[in-house]
Amino acid sequence: MDILRFATAGSVDDGKSTLIGRLLFDSKAIFEDQLAAVERTSRDRGEEGTNLALLTDGLRAEREQGITIDVAYRYFATPRRKFIIADTPGHIQYTRNMVTGASTADLAIVLVDARNGLTEQSRRHAFLTTLLRVPHLVLAVNKMDLVGYSQQVFDEICAEFSKFATKLEIPDLTFIPISALNGDNVVERSSNMSWYDGPSLLHHLEHLHIASDRNLIDVRFPVQYVIRPHASSDPELHDYRGYAGQVAGGVLKPGDEVLHMPSGFSTRIRKIEVAGREVAEAFPPMSVTLLLDDDVDISRGDMICRPNNRPHAAQDIEGMVCWMSADRPLAPRSRLIVKHTTRTVKGIVTDLHYRIDVNTLHRDEDATQLGLNEIGRVRLRLTQPVFADPYARNRLTGGMILIDEATNTTVGTVMITDAS
Amino acid sequence: MRSDYLLSQLDVLEAESIHIMREVAAEFERPTLLFSGGKDSIVMLALAEKAFRPANIPFPVMHVDTGHNFPEVLDYRDRRVAELGIRLVVASVQDSIDSGRAVEETGRWTSRNRLQTVTLLDAIEDNRFDVAFGGARRDEEKARAKERVFSFRDEFGQWDPKNQRPELWNLYNTRIKRGEHIRVFPLSNWTELDVWSYIERENLEIPAIYYAHERVVFERDGILLADNQFLQRTEDEQTFTATVRYRTVGDMTITGAVVSTAATVAEVIAEVAATRVTERGATRADDRVTEAAMEDRKREGYF
Repeated sequence: MDILRFATAGSVDDGKSTLIGRLLFDSKAIFEDQLAAVERTSRDRGEEGTNLALLTDGLRAEREQGITIDVAYRYFATPRRKFIIADTPGHIQYTRNMVTGASTADLAIVLVDARNGLTEQSRRHAFLTTLLRVPHLVLAVNKMDLVGYSQQVFDEICAEFSKFATKLEIPDLTFIPISALNGDNVVERSSNMSWYDGPSLLHHLEHLHIASDRNLIDVRFPVQYVIRPHASSDPELHDYRGYAGQVAGGVLKPGDEVLHMPSGFSTRIRKIEVAGREVAEAFPPMSVTLLLDDDVDISRGDMICRPNNRPHAAQDIEGMVCWMSADRPLAPRSRLIVKHTTRTVKGIVTDLHYRIDVNTLHRDEDATQLGLNEIGRVRLRLTQPVFADPYARNRLTGGMILIDEATNTTVGTVMITDAS
Repeated sequence: MRSDYLLSQLDVLEAESIHIMREVAAEFERPTLLFSGGKDSIVMLALAEKAFRPANIPFPVMHVDTGHNFPEVLDYRDRRVAELGIRLVVASVQDSIDSGRAVEETGRWTSRNRLQTVTLLDAIEDNRFDVAFGGARRDEEKARAKERVFSFRDEFGQWDPKNQRPELWNLYNTRIKRGEHIRVFPLSNWTELDVWSYIERENLEIPAIYYAHERVVFERDGILLADNQFLQRTEDEQTFTATVRYRTVGDMTITGAVVSTAATVAEVIAEVAATRVTERGATRADDRVTEAAMEDRKREGYF
């Protein structure tokens, strides 16, 4: 059994909570006491029926305001897969939370209300999904029951979205007509839409091939921690020097020639261990320890790669920024702390090229700053190089977070387009 | 290892947890791991062992002892700590009460659950810990479902759910000022079933009370409580002997048992897979207070 992480985007009005409630309920991941609590609260508030949104909206403020504010993580499993849902808010003022949820997702479900067709919000969600390079996108056209299960309505929405999608890079796009409320095409194929010959949503989630989404070509091993047992009594361990970290790309095997950055020194992998046990190979997302043939001076923040395939040691970064702070804007000359893989450096914004309107994709080149939830293209200058790839090539070596020097809060995120 | 480069869900979760633990060890000065002897903290400690092998775990463990613990669990705790050769810090709720820092609750549902927060925060301050690993999982409870893996706490130990740091990819913001700390939850993405499957796969020893055994119990508000010296029974609350096991391990005064015949890990897994009630719902009186009981306690600095 493997894991599929998916993000759902949409608002309560699109039926997102009903859909999640349906997936959890039909896969028996909702328990009786949770359902009883939700039924009790729904009744106390005088709501008709059981409000499944109460299952996912966990914070007091969310229940009071009836909206999703922050990402909630939900778990369910079928005999084929374990699923982690990042349930993200749909409103524009919570764009940063959606970006957060999408960053680790293998797949995103964007919900559209069949009665309304594509809205500004669905376009925004699709854009953010591609900005974060979620490899698979499902456009779930919901509330098909309310349009008489009409194939024409579905086809029109698909056509309109396909046209919009040409402006985005979507590697894999699937359209599924559903009714979350009635369960049509959620778990089982629906007899109400015999014209639809695709899979149900759950079937699609269960059978989607995700192994090739990871970068297994470019070896990238950011050194996270150096393991040196201080056991002078044990001669075996006396000279032990293991480089621990999580593989960010490629496949590593004992005997492979590897190159250390920043030194440029080459050596070979002597041994790969997982928890002290020797393994034959390492690939993402394994956390392993590498033992090398030569005694190289390697520390946290360094990168191990292949001699003929290295990331850029980059001090100038071009990238798309999503700004996440309400307290201060991002503007040229903003100073920030930058965390990239296991390396933390300082940086300064040297240029803001444009701000992008997340609803229309229009680029405003006159923008002078980015406020909360705004997205734009920037250039950053770093005090020290980071070992980076374009985000499109590798999400782990192409992503960075920005931290405010004074408050220590995370104020933004960068998806690198170009590193030099 | 399979040729398609797919990992099982337990391998993925293990790799994620180990990454989190190494990140903490690399970036903080004085970490500690909260170890209660419960199954989640047992898995967490096993992961810490793996993360740093062949070196020793590079931080001490801490137990917030309510004074109302199951003796089987304390025995287990002491044995495990001795095995690993690590330091154990015991922060005692009784000491907090004796020194006047905490005041014992009164009433029928009296428990030292809430008082633990005082003891925990004092111990973090006294030991100058800047980060504490906790075994909480997001599937346990709806406020926890919203909490970050690296959960920032201000100088009062408070959690501000509306002002959490965005957490993207596997990049964690570890920066704090003096007096602040971070709670780190390496098991965030594990479910109860994952924890049990891992205990089985890794052949981890757990305290005997997790398996079916005979115990003298009584029923209170639908929860089966062990008859013990810390609880006053009313006349209606008659004791009886039942075959039970515990799904969670906490304070004896609020942790309920479930009727069960599951005597092995495999039987427990079968039972957990089939159950229709969450572990906290089945057995924890502390979450029944209000809809937002956990959120409120977490805001104050609870685990």
